Amino acid sequence: MTAVPTGLATRTIVSRSWWALAVACLVAVIGVLFFVFAFVIVQGIPALKPEIFFTPTHGIAGGLSNAIVGTLMLVVLGLIVVILVGLGTAIWTVELAPPWGQRVIRFMVDVLAGVPSIVVGYFLYVSLVEELGWGFSLVAGALALAIFMLPYVVRAADVALTNVPTMLKEGAVALGARPAMVVFSITFPYALPGILTGLLVATGIGLGETAPLIYTAGWSNYMPTLALTHSPVGYLTYVVWTYISQPFTESHQLAYAAAALLMIFVFVTNLVARSFVEYRLNKGR
Amino acid sequence: MDLVVGDAAKAASPAALQRPVAQIGLRVLTGIAAFLSFAIIFLMLFFLIAYAYPAIRFNGLAFFIDPIWNIGNQYGSGVTTRNGFSGAPGASFGALVFIYGSVITAILTMVVAVPLSLMVALALVFRVPRRIRPLANALVELMAGVPSVVYGLWGLVVLVPWIGRQFAPFVTAHFGFIPFLGGQAGSGNGLAASVFILALMVIPIMVATTRDVILAQSPAIFEASMALGSSTWQAMTRAVLPSVRSGVVASILLAFGRALGETMAVLMVCGAAVNVFPQNIFSPVNTIAAVIVSQLESALTDATGMAQRSLAELACALFVITLLVNIAARTIMRNADRREGRAA
Repeated sequence: MTAVPTGLATRTIVSRSWWALAVACLVAVIGVLFFVFAFVIVQGIPALKPEIFFTPTHGIAGGLSNAIVGTLMLVVLGLIVVILVGLGTAIWTVELAPPWGQRVIRFMVDVLAGVPSIVVGYFLYVSLVEELGWGFSLVAGALALAIFMLPYVVRAADVALTNVPTMLKEGAVALGARPAMVVFSITFPYALPGILTGLLVATGIGLGETAPLIYTAGWSNYMPTLALTHSPVGYLTYVVWTYISQPFTESHQLAYAAAALLMIFVFVTNLVARSFVEYRLNKGR
Repeated sequence: MDLVVGDAAKAASPAALQRPVAQIGLRVLTGIAAFLSFAIIFLMLFFLIAYAYPAIRFNGLAFFIDPIWNIGNQYGSGVTTRNGFSGAPGASFGALVFIYGSVITAILTMVVAVPLSLMVALALVFRVPRRIRPLANALVELMAGVPSVVYGLWGLVVLVPWIGRQFAPFVTAHFGFIPFLGGQAGSGNGLAASVFILALMVIPIMVATTRDVILAQSPAIFEASMALGSSTWQAMTRAVLPSVRSGVVASILLAFGRALGETMAVLMVCGAAVNVFPQNIFSPVNTIAAVIVSQLESALTDATGMAQRSLAELACALFVITLLVNIAARTIMRNADRREGRAA
């Protein structure tokens, strides 16, 4: 046999150096990402003056009120659609579907998650904005967000509904409950925290999307109206994208403020989503 | 069976949930929702292809092999007609530059991001103390949720000037003899900046999935390898990682699809090259996704509408490419799940 002891020592050194490199990679990646966030927050917080919440954008400056309200309207309307379709899909998949139906839906939803957002945007541009002639509008933008959020909601609801203990459902059925009763009084309340987590994650994603909105919601300097069609809507991500390329300090300030607001929105939805997860874990114990 | 939606709505009160109409309503309404989720991809494909059809005929094979994208002379008279469809005079919609740009940025992103993500995931699983692990996990998930325009903003304001003024001149001066590293240093907008930003965006996603498949693997594999005399690094990279190979490959493919489809962050730092291939890693590039946004305004000026339809053809091409990548990833993942006896 060859000299094992020396081999052992070399191997340990090699192992330790690789681990050191791995930790260095971890530190480097987290460091760069931290730098990105710190930069946006440091630049953005001073730009968040109170008046920008009350003035709409005009030309290269102004405030962000139209974009904030527009973003919220788009996301809320998108959420309404995605709650109806997404939860319906998950309930059908988990509770009612035959095995082949489950496979097909799960596969299609997974594939939908990989469709680039710009493709979703262009599809709605072609179908709603052009062919149906709705123009850049609230509905087109909200539907774009809904399609984009759908996979996240269906997956989260699917997992949450699947994890409801079978015994609970069987107990209900043994007491004479029919499918609708089981779904709405047993399964659904039990799975609610998981579903809410999924909805919050989807909200964070919807808030930060830009590409599907450029072709559907358009952009407007005015406060959004309640008109569903033929009226473009402003949103925060558009401000970040366009105003940073303008050669004016005021525009840059607005872009930083919008970026900081987006980061804060995303952090908050993420934190709330995590606290739901914690709540569920604690309840499970 | 006469079912009115109003009946189902009325049935929502607790006792009414037992009525037959509630059972039918549940089936029908959730069935419709599930069908919508199922059909949306086909609907998208159908609408995009139908809208792009004139462009597909007009452009023919040139779409894939011609590097020149030109919406044609908008002020001339008459139209160019090919295969029965008309565009502006001199119009040429070749997407080769954009297809090449998409593929090269996505591949280079993977070259940077895959080794880094694997290292980070390994460090996260084995070297981060148990007490701060939840914090590290929360950070990774938070990063995955940051809007792409925020990355784009940072890229435009911090990264691009740094590459243009320091990094690119340094590299071209000292490492210019290596292919694709020499030549023009450029302004900073370009391939290198796009790859850097895309890597930042896909690393958190790949780290999260790789970490999950490693944690889901039985510790027995690691322990058996250690018992046979491996060092911890050998046990990880030669026993545990190969055993979760398909999960890792699937996560790489998903990230690849994501890099192909990412629009805003790339759009803000890529330099929006048209009609020219990148000469080195600092050259301006353009991707299919970015060009669909950046060419919208000029496309809208095309009175024949052919430019808009050609953008739709670009969207189709991107759609099909990402669909194939994603289906491959999902199939690998599903087969692996079945083989390793986990529930899909």
